[in-house]
Amino acid sequence: MTGVHRVVVTGLGAVSPLGHTAASYWENLKLGKSGLGPITLPPAAEELTQKVAAEVKDFEPLKHFAERQLSTLDRVSQFAVVAAREAIVQSGLAFDMALSARTATIVGTGVGGQTTLDESFRRVYLEKRTRVFPLTIPKLMANAPASQISMDCGLRGPAFAVASACASATHAIGIAFHMVRGGLVDCAVTGGAEACITFGTVRGWEAMRVMAPDICRPFSKGRMGLVLGEGAAMMVLEPLERAQARGATILGEIVGFGMSADAADLTAPDLGGMVRAMQAAFDDARLGPADIQYINAHGTGTAANDETETKALHEAFGPHAKTLAISSTKSMIGHALGAAGALELVATLLAVRDGIAPPTIGYIEPDPACDLDYVPNKARALAIEAAVSNSFAFGGLNAVLVVKRFS
Amino acid sequence: MSDVAGDVIAIIAKKKRVDKPTVDLSDKLLDLGLESLDAVEMIFDLEEKFDIQIPYNANTNNPRTEFETVGDVVAAVEKLVAQKTS
Repeated sequence: MTGVHRVVVTGLGAVSPLGHTAASYWENLKLGKSGLGPITLPPAAEELTQKVAAEVKDFEPLKHFAERQLSTLDRVSQFAVVAAREAIVQSGLAFDMALSARTATIVGTGVGGQTTLDESFRRVYLEKRTRVFPLTIPKLMANAPASQISMDCGLRGPAFAVASACASATHAIGIAFHMVRGGLVDCAVTGGAEACITFGTVRGWEAMRVMAPDICRPFSKGRMGLVLGEGAAMMVLEPLERAQARGATILGEIVGFGMSADAADLTAPDLGGMVRAMQAAFDDARLGPADIQYINAHGTGTAANDETETKALHEAFGPHAKTLAISSTKSMIGHALGAAGALELVATLLAVRDGIAPPTIGYIEPDPACDLDYVPNKARALAIEAAVSNSFAFGGLNAVLVVKRFS
Repeated sequence: MSDVAGDVIAIIAKKKRVDKPTVDLSDKLLDLGLESLDAVEMIFDLEEKFDIQIPYNANTNNPRTEFETVGDVVAAVEKLVAQKTS
């Protein structure tokens, strides 16, 4: 196929702190359930100052992988492959050699195989062992999730990793969307994966002094920061005409993608960068602010992000900002860094499809600096024609996707 | 001036973003141009230097209002050091 196509989503998969399928994840988001709990994963977790995270609970790798394959997979790749398989099954696509060669695999991750890295460092530095497991390097490399999906699912087109910290998945999906729209590929499996709740990584986040000790309360007065999460979400993108020709169920349409860089502070959010990314996404979608009803915010729960994102929404949407329903899925699943944008786009697509804005839980009372409608604590029925998913990363890298109800 | 004060001043002097030859106890952190990441780095340096834990969350603590001057930081560190040895 060549030329410019409409791009639709025909498959979704998710491994999340609120369930190991996209359907269970979405059901729990609508119920406003919290996926946060005590940190249990890292060895010696009790030594950590931070006590809370949003872990993927009861994930049994041997239910998904034979032992031989499992020895090649870091936790981050396990999540990625399980989510990709689910998305592909839902799409109903079978990848013969011709389609396989024209299918992209583009996967975001912030930090890659951290469990493998931590384990190997523990062996050599702490236990003074002289050797680490032989597959340490190919398990921890940042492209491992993309490579493992490509191998497991037999996808032979363009495949690579995208790393932009907390915006990785949104950048990955955006690039995949543009490649399908432009006819560079006929299909894409794309999303993000992260498994960052390791001893060393949590220590790193502790040192940033931005984590909440107990609950993530985005946009609320009394918020005390972010809570780390983990998981993966993947989706199948294809041109509308291919999906229609084969009678696929169309879950939603991606219509716009915008990016920007702050070129300012390493970690502080930047109003201008956020606004430029949203406006670029509106332009790409050929939509105006008034066409959008729902925002899945970056909404980390830090004092700085939520205030700056609110200002950016005011600036990008003008008076229409007051009419938007805005929620932060991170209140329920924590901040899954390089997977966050994909988990949040799944929530956004299903919010549009079902006409339900998921809530921002943990919300206590309004903060004068955050003066918009954040769908506090309870999901809301809402006719949504178009929605925006925001991701704003450390390093000042911003990515925004716009989706539309398919009609 | 106490040993603690000298060490604290040396740490803050490394982080300051204004052209001022000396750092004095009466200097306001705000006037030294300390930004949020500078504060986090300064706290790390202080914790490492004195082997103390400084309770600090960037979302709820504002070092520029809680610790207005260099002298305020010195007093807080001296207190934590005293608690450690008592």
